[in-house]
Amino acid sequence: MLTKRIIACMDVRDGQVVKGVKFQELRHAGDPGELAERYNVEGIDEVVVLDITATLESRQALAKTIGAVARRIFLPLTVGGGIRSEEDAAAAVDAGADKVSLNTAALKNPALITTLARRYGSQAVIVAIDAKRRGDGFAVYVRSGTSDAARDAVEWAREAESRGAGEILLTSMDRDGTRSGFDCEMTAAVANAVHIPVIASGGAGGLEHFCDVFTRGHADAALAASIFHYADTSVSELKRYLREKHIPVRM
Amino acid sequence: MIALIDYGAGNLTSVRKALTALGADFATPSSPEDCARFSALIVPGVGNFASTAALVGPWHDAIGSAVRGGTPLFGICLGMQWLFEGSDEAPEVPGLGVLPGRVTRLQGDTAARLKIPHVGWNALDFRESARILAGLEPRSHVYFTHSYAAPVTADCVAATTHAETFAAVVERGNVFGVQFHPEKSSDAGLQILRNFLEVARGLPAIAPRAEAGC
Repeated sequence: MLTKRIIACMDVRDGQVVKGVKFQELRHAGDPGELAERYNVEGIDEVVVLDITATLESRQALAKTIGAVARRIFLPLTVGGGIRSEEDAAAAVDAGADKVSLNTAALKNPALITTLARRYGSQAVIVAIDAKRRGDGFAVYVRSGTSDAARDAVEWAREAESRGAGEILLTSMDRDGTRSGFDCEMTAAVANAVHIPVIASGGAGGLEHFCDVFTRGHADAALAASIFHYADTSVSELKRYLREKHIPVRM
Repeated sequence: MIALIDYGAGNLTSVRKALTALGADFATPSSPEDCARFSALIVPGVGNFASTAALVGPWHDAIGSAVRGGTPLFGICLGMQWLFEGSDEAPEVPGLGVLPGRVTRLQGDTAARLKIPHVGWNALDFRESARILAGLEPRSHVYFTHSYAAPVTADCVAATTHAETFAAVVERGNVFGVQFHPEKSSDAGLQILRNFLEVARGLPAIAPRAEAGC
């Protein structure tokens, strides 16, 4: 049986892992290679490296970070943050990324999804959607959550799938870093609208939050950062808990 | 020396990285004729079966001739599908045909939320003891990402189920293949690659676990 995936996300700035709350207030959380290795030993299923500065200088540092992580773990590795062009994606893939995550660039230039899906296959293209609740819908934001994209998350996820995206990484901006639980309603709304896997992100705090997002949220995978970085919750402890709740996980 | 065949289907960085970590001696042959100097062949690949069209003709002949001569061959993902006669994904492109059967599209199950593509970690159900599975725990999880799969035939040594049951690992004489990505499957995947490297070195692989057959 296909298991539910637990994904660790590392927000990287200047070669170091940092983490903020609601996209702000960054604090230092360690070396990416060392963290990735610890996660692998604990049984993480996948790793995401997000370059949160994405300046030209940091892009070169990012290639080094990807290489350092990719040499130490043999797991699917996704790279995102500031991938604006086919060249940026190629640099990430050449450095060792298996998948690239597009956010702002996909909304600005949706044809990039198709270009990359043709070049690397859909399995290598993740469309990341940052969204907040607004009325009955879910408003999409871009530029690290600073700019209203005037799109609805469900409708945009459908379009991303039709253009060749292989997975959707859906982050609740309302919940990001708050540890108050995933936005299960938003996750379910998107997961029910597309045929590709949906990775839920934003709000992981306790073990029960993962159980909720896999059952009520219909997520295929759940991503978290801070609860794993600071070793509040180990991946192995989380998986034991999920198995007790009859959620299929890789042990 | 192992030949890692690069026919432009996806990125080989991860496979190279895993082979390097295992201390394998490998290179990419520059031409089909070059294949003859290698002691084993790996055909990787990600993406659409149509991209194996690049292997039709001289590559097909060179690899086929090496395999018939006893050279071990390991197909990964699309590379495993190519070992069969062909695929519904690109019916006009013939496979290598060293294994009988045709690759078909997985159907999934919408009601049960079993989506296609089949992406993620799923279990291996061992069917036969096999050199390629040596040292692996039964029901080990490995990382898949695919929409098409090969049927369960006499050559299937481990199967996986996602709405339907398909061949996850095949072994027939000197021909081996895995539908998943061993280079992305952590310790279980590295063990499988190590087993192929042992076969390639001409050494017997570690004895299969007693409980492996089922």
